[in-house]
Amino acid sequence: MSSKSQDVEALIGQKYRHGFVTDIESDSLPPGLDEGVVVAISKKKREPQFLLDWRLKAFRHWLTMQEPVWSRVHYKPIDYQDISYYSAPRAPANAPKSLDEVDPKLLATYAKLGIPLHERARLAGVAVDAVFDSVSVATTFKDKLGKAGVIFCSFSDAVHNHPQLIERYLGSVVPAGDNFFAALNSAVFSDGSFVYVPPGVRCPMELSTYFRINAAKTGQFERTLIVAAEGASVSYLEGCTAPMRDENQLHAAVVELVALDDAQIKYSTVQNWYPGDENGIGGIYNFVTKRGECRGRNSKISWTQVETGSAITWKYPSCVLKGENSIGEFYSVAVANNYQQADTGTKMIHIGRNTKSTIVSKGISAGHAENTYRGLVKILPSAEGARNFTQCDSLLMGAKCAAHTFPYMEVKNPTATVEHEASTSKIGEDQLFYCLQRGISAEDAVNMIVSGFCKVVFKELPMEFAVEAQNLLSVSLEGAVG
Amino acid sequence: MLKISNLSARVAGKEILKGVDLSVNAGEVHAVMGPNGSGKSTLAQVLAGREDYEVTGGSVSFEGRDLLAMAPEERARAGLFLGFQYPVEIPGVNNVYLLKAALNAKRKAAGEPEVDAYEFLALIREKMKFMHMSETFLTRGVNEGFSGGEKKRNEVLQMLVLEPKLAILDETDSGLDIDALKVVADGINSLRDPARAVVLVTHYQRLLDYIVPDQVHVLSGGRILKSGDKSLALELERRGYDWVQAAQGA
Repeated sequence: MSSKSQDVEALIGQKYRHGFVTDIESDSLPPGLDEGVVVAISKKKREPQFLLDWRLKAFRHWLTMQEPVWSRVHYKPIDYQDISYYSAPRAPANAPKSLDEVDPKLLATYAKLGIPLHERARLAGVAVDAVFDSVSVATTFKDKLGKAGVIFCSFSDAVHNHPQLIERYLGSVVPAGDNFFAALNSAVFSDGSFVYVPPGVRCPMELSTYFRINAAKTGQFERTLIVAAEGASVSYLEGCTAPMRDENQLHAAVVELVALDDAQIKYSTVQNWYPGDENGIGGIYNFVTKRGECRGRNSKISWTQVETGSAITWKYPSCVLKGENSIGEFYSVAVANNYQQADTGTKMIHIGRNTKSTIVSKGISAGHAENTYRGLVKILPSAEGARNFTQCDSLLMGAKCAAHTFPYMEVKNPTATVEHEASTSKIGEDQLFYCLQRGISAEDAVNMIVSGFCKVVFKELPMEFAVEAQNLLSVSLEGAVG
Repeated sequence: MLKISNLSARVAGKEILKGVDLSVNAGEVHAVMGPNGSGKSTLAQVLAGREDYEVTGGSVSFEGRDLLAMAPEERARAGLFLGFQYPVEIPGVNNVYLLKAALNAKRKAAGEPEVDAYEFLALIREKMKFMHMSETFLTRGVNEGFSGGEKKRNEVLQMLVLEPKLAILDETDSGLDIDALKVVADGINSLRDPARAVVLVTHYQRLLDYIVPDQVHVLSGGRILKSGDKSLALELERRGYDWVQAAQGA
């Protein structure tokens, strides 16, 4: 092996740039989990009885469940009694009524993350709901959205102000007992975001939530629920970061999307949780359940994800295509470097007639990482004329990483069309040398080649986030050539 | 401009170049000819700095600098251009984007400001017209789905935009029909200039009907066996390479 490979090793080991800790007083529950904790969370949040009952039902069900072991990820058993299930920045007496009242330290944290709430929101026309540990700190642009009739608020606010919507839609896509992590989330979720776009309304701006795990030994269990009523449309983005810590932190979120007749939801994620260091110490365990239901006719749900972080990613954003002519899409770039493990993909469940789904997955592996695509395309007997197109490409950088592809297909209707394409390639010495010979530096060349590989996914992201995703990618893979 | 002295190199443990001597002055065009496997492409790759080609002896100076001590991208920025025999495809990376990045890397190294987007587009349009390339080229990926001839034309286009001091063109004529050959030759000729030099690596003397070289060299068995003027190429065409090898007792 040549000297270049050593340079590459060094370059791969670049630092996580969001690994700072904000020194802020927080109000946390002691570690541990029992019914008392579930009740305490619900009480702290002054929740209505239906929600407490729902949590308790989920908790009792969770107790009967086993942690899943089928994915290609390996980790030491998680001690669920060693996690604090609630952590909130301690507010001076009353909760802030406006941004001006938010703790300046918190705002500074967001500024460090590159999201100064005021500026970013104003300039980009993006409404940001920032979740810090477990509670939503500030929701911007409420007024403008309010005029359009769009509800965009923290989950807790929604529970108080729109309980009927919560009761109607919560758990209607991901039931409380859906899987081990979803059940845990249902029992202990502390906050998250809620969006309701009323019939016929196009949400006038991109909605965005920024999640951050700050406190040590805290799990983040947020819950997102987005409902687009008849003919409504909305585009939503979540971004995630966490400080560097040498123990692992658990993140088990649930996202539910509901699209009624002719509604469209576009959900984009740029996930940059702390991935652990170059020896695989620390990092976020990201066990997330994301599912959207195209409940109405001609509805459409589109997932776009750029996954660069987490020590472990276990995540399969899915679409249940119930409505006739409904469309599900999944565009994904998953990057795994060092000792990261990613087991991610999607499920497309075709139930309605003439339903269509598209899956484009781009996996990039470097260092010692393991990157797995796991996808299910299921066509039920009722899904007359259903179509799916799947494309899975893997790019390997260096000789110690691995890529795996597990496409499952269950086709129960003979009129269905299912296509699958897959490829695995290595960043070619030829491609690299070609760029170098044109005077382009190795870093720029790799960025260029990787961006080219991911282009079809990036073009699905909202403009301003496509730029962010591209930057993240170049940070994650700086010089990772082998 | 370029002085190669007793250069030896090996690839995958095999000695390919065994003491090459070659001097190219500014304003000159040299043709390096030779049979398959004689080391022509190896010479081109070594000069460009390909990593898996190991230099085992000799020296190369380029404009007074030690070329072999320079990284491939430094060589490029200093004005050395290699026209690849098999230009690689880079899917999803826009042609124009790559070329703009290349030009800016070179300008930056020279302490010049980056090229303005409009200016660049005007420049590339002009060169494309000269190379008889269609507008669709602007939106395509680097060599993605290009025919052999299109790839070669693209190499020459890049050369015209980058305006290198020394262009080494590795079989840029192969795989071209007669019309394309003329276009490519016009492109190369347009770069001829008292301050620049061109090294044409080729099998056939056909290209030399359009680009008249100052010197012709025969590379065989990893060494320059014979050098001469344009008439040497014609003689090779008539008598084959065996004649030179026999004459040199190789």
